[in-house]
Amino acid sequence: MSEKKLAIIATKGTLDWAYPPLILGSTAAALGYEVEIFFTFYGLQLLKKDLDLKMSSLGNPAMPMPMPVPVLMQALPGMEAAMTMMMKAKMQKKGVASIDELRELCIEAEVKMIACQMTVDLFDFKPSELLDNIEYGGAATFFEFAGKSDVNLYM
Amino acid sequence: MADFDSELDASGLNCPLPILRAKKALAALESGQVLHIIATDPGAIKDFQAFSKQTGNELMESREEDGKFYFLIKKG
Repeated sequence: MSEKKLAIIATKGTLDWAYPPLILGSTAAALGYEVEIFFTFYGLQLLKKDLDLKMSSLGNPAMPMPMPVPVLMQALPGMEAAMTMMMKAKMQKKGVASIDELRELCIEAEVKMIACQMTVDLFDFKPSELLDNIEYGGAATFFEFAGKSDVNLYM
Repeated sequence: MADFDSELDASGLNCPLPILRAKKALAALESGQVLHIIATDPGAIKDFQAFSKQTGNELMESREEDGKFYFLIKKG
């Protein structure tokens, strides 16, 4: 079986949007794909050694809520922490993997992770804050792999 | 039910964990050996079909009983 290839661009760094690239990346690897994920802008948060991902219902009117909360209330201090806690508790209850676990599975499966050098510099991320076994590169680096991939996804 | 060489209980786990755990469990087996998987994620039925098709491991059995799903996969 010739090895298929999957290239993903991960641009978001909230708890909810951390899932798609890591779920698809780890699953594709399990199916025998060679996988590369290019983390840029807020997606770089997923590469931090100490993950501290949050989410907010603000600006996210489609988020299912146990009860309706007026938008102005959602902006109050502590709401973001409360939303994040609720989501994590819900995920754990439903047997959804944690982001740490999925990322670990990606690393185990040799998913290649690339941090976008330009945005690492832009946001003053230090390589010591990010995972050790990653590479750094730019747009041309992404295309080197994406150009011969079977599936390319932007998230 | 046919014999199996190894068993994976993925009860309570949600997508994609049953598949990822199964992949790991299969890696420890020899070609021709059989893995028995127990899952509660309803998405696992289609996912294990798709997994088998794409990885060349044969899905010998897929059944539901009392809200649980049971699979037998022979390593290719």
